[in-house]
Amino acid sequence: MLQDRDRIFRNIYGFHDVSLKGAQSRGVWDGTKFFIDKGHDYIIDEVKKSGLRGRGGAGFPTGLKWSFMPKADARPSFLVINADESEPGSCKDREILRHDAHLLVEGALLASFAMRAHTSYIYVRGEYIREREALQRAIDEAYAARFIGKNNIHGWDFDLYVHHGAGAYICGEETAMLESLEGKKGQPRLKPPFPANVGLYGAPTTINNVESIAVTGEILRRGGAWFAALGKPNNTGTKLFQISGHVERPCVVEEEMGIPLKELIDKHCGGIRGGWDNLLAVIPGGSSVRCITAEQAEAVTMDFDALGKLGSGLGTAAVIVMDKSTDIIAAIRRLAYFYKHESCGQCTPCREGTGWMWRVLERMERGEAEKREIDLLFEVTKQVEGHTICALGDAAAWPIQGLIKNFRPVIEQRIDDYQAKHARMAAE
Amino acid sequence: MAVRRLNPEQPAQFAFTADNLAWAQDTIAKYPQGKQASAIIPLMWRAQEQAGGWLPEPAIRYTCDMLGMAHIRGMEIATFYTMFQLSPVGSKAHVQVCGTTPCMLRGSGDLISVCKNRIAGHAHETNADGTLSWEEVECIGVCANAPVVQVNKDTYEDLTADQLNKILDGFLAGRPPKPGSQTGRTASCPSGGPTTLADPALYDGSTIGAWKKRFDETATAPTEAAQESAPPSALASPAHKEQVAAGTSPASPAAGAPPPLHPAALTAMANAGLVKELEERGGGKALSAGELDRIKADMIRDRAIAGAAAAAAASTVVEPELLKEPRGGTADDFSLIWGVADKLVDKLHAIGIWHFDQIAKWTPENVAWFESQLDGFKGRVMRDKWIEQAGKLASGWRPDNKAGERPKE
Repeated sequence: MLQDRDRIFRNIYGFHDVSLKGAQSRGVWDGTKFFIDKGHDYIIDEVKKSGLRGRGGAGFPTGLKWSFMPKADARPSFLVINADESEPGSCKDREILRHDAHLLVEGALLASFAMRAHTSYIYVRGEYIREREALQRAIDEAYAARFIGKNNIHGWDFDLYVHHGAGAYICGEETAMLESLEGKKGQPRLKPPFPANVGLYGAPTTINNVESIAVTGEILRRGGAWFAALGKPNNTGTKLFQISGHVERPCVVEEEMGIPLKELIDKHCGGIRGGWDNLLAVIPGGSSVRCITAEQAEAVTMDFDALGKLGSGLGTAAVIVMDKSTDIIAAIRRLAYFYKHESCGQCTPCREGTGWMWRVLERMERGEAEKREIDLLFEVTKQVEGHTICALGDAAAWPIQGLIKNFRPVIEQRIDDYQAKHARMAAE
Repeated sequence: MAVRRLNPEQPAQFAFTADNLAWAQDTIAKYPQGKQASAIIPLMWRAQEQAGGWLPEPAIRYTCDMLGMAHIRGMEIATFYTMFQLSPVGSKAHVQVCGTTPCMLRGSGDLISVCKNRIAGHAHETNADGTLSWEEVECIGVCANAPVVQVNKDTYEDLTADQLNKILDGFLAGRPPKPGSQTGRTASCPSGGPTTLADPALYDGSTIGAWKKRFDETATAPTEAAQESAPPSALASPAHKEQVAAGTSPASPAAGAPPPLHPAALTAMANAGLVKELEERGGGKALSAGELDRIKADMIRDRAIAGAAAAAAASTVVEPELLKEPRGGTADDFSLIWGVADKLVDKLHAIGIWHFDQIAKWTPENVAWFESQLDGFKGRVMRDKWIEQAGKLASGWRPDNKAGERPKE
């Protein structure tokens, strides 16, 4: 079990003082200057050594991403921090923003310094209004203490701004976020060129998740080796897990990567509602990943590789638990509606496909379908997946593929019931 | 995508108050010179707040003029971002019910019923006296406290239908209830109290400066520093502990024989070689993120398999059964094997492999031999499960697709 002293987010529930003074008493902003004096490459190397993989869902190695930034370029460099947390099931960045914001502000300075950026924007989703205010307070405190800003005590000029969206899930995609930050509709850009070469305002830009940036300070203080020793090989460190749905006590909790799902739920959430025998399925990484069955859930560990092997994914570590009272078709149909609503409309397979898939699922939920349409639906998900500029098409396809792969008999039963009922009505 | 249109009735004009104007100037100054368009979302949001919770058409034009943007760009923003309300909302409360799966699982359907019965039959309509309105929104991001509604700026969490009714009563009476969880728990802490963060040492200031010790030790004993810095408490599984002790962990640069290739290193190699291989595999065309990830995953897997195969090949390489020409003059159609196309077919024929049953009989040593004959394509045989596919094909089975059937993971 992860020991308390190895937890990074020490005020995640907001029981303690959130002000700069309070954060400092918990060790934030401790030795920041020391690490900046060690130089750009030292910070990148330590983060590489830590094995930290991006916490926004894709799991790309953070240190490696930072090293893609050009070392000498006439253009300014930018760090954009992705706080557009909108993936159904995910609610971890919110807790960082409102309760442990100084970890983020300190991390933003360290990461920007490592990438030779003097300016950073934090893109907070529009709905997080109070969270945005809390973050702004932390930034104002840091400016007042001259921890950031021009001529600050750390010797690296650094401006940090809060920017916000207005209710578009797609802006969590990194290039859509840049478009939105430039004052346009959030429609993803084609890659290449990658943001590290042509990003915000055409300048080199790195986009990182809030959690990836917020752990930077502690990784430097305790050392990359400390972080790498937690968790499992290639899946190192600690992670904020968010458990929602049919557990006794839903919560957000920091645990070690690779913790068994069963242990995570039993220890922190008081178990499944009605016991493990009552479990139907789990979506382990936010709405975009394929669901896993109860049997798989009992044995799986929560890391990128173990969940990837099951055809699912760790994503943002947002665990959505569904017990046997759940209508699994309705649950996935609601996600299909979500993607239909959030498709930016740029690529045809996604714009048309998400609506089509949702409408078919609406009928399947009632049983008003043909069994051959199950294969047709699966085929259409395959036509959407991988044929769009960004991963929203994939994200819309995967939950439906998980439904068909794991719960095909449920759909068939629903169709049989519907047909039996209507045959009877026709006969009467 | 959602269909969103402007309200038919619009006020004649809009202008920021003096306070908001000053605020807007500060906001525009956050962005580099010439990039003031960046401020459009914050400015429109402020305009919506000033206009009473919805964004009138004159306000769209006003913000565009302020930022030197064409009006149509502002229209795009206002219709694309769903938090901009295009028609009037309730004067006392606009209730946004999260209806997405995590909230749905915990009873958001009941909350939507309350809204339908008490406020208006349809979303985006106000009640009779114009004080309340509602809509169903996509994930608000408060999933561990589901079900949840957002009213104006605050969220009300862990709700039941009764509580939502009481909250609406509060807003109508001008006494908004306390935001947050309505069951009394703090934030997203498990109800009944936290299961973590009980160690008082985290909060008494004793952690401050503790990390410096590591650097003092490094100065005196550099070789041990890496291992010293990992506290025993941090070592997770026994297996991982052994790996760290043996120096095979990625973070532990202990001396000795070079450790076997770690997956992280493979990822790094794959990224380094990505650009070159992308050109080959993608034919130079732009690829979506999904395709990129898949190609990257394939490359990592290819390298891992090739590495393992190379290690095996070093010890045992056995030539499989080869034929000078196909039996009976006709070769089997190898393109039916998923993953085999013209180039590999020619190669197989050149080597002396003509029939499915030849491949079906391959042992790992035979595979190693075959791969030693190739310039590229290392690892393909195992990854695409040629032996299994060839076995099926040899028994007379044929795939639906001319390019073969993709083997299951």
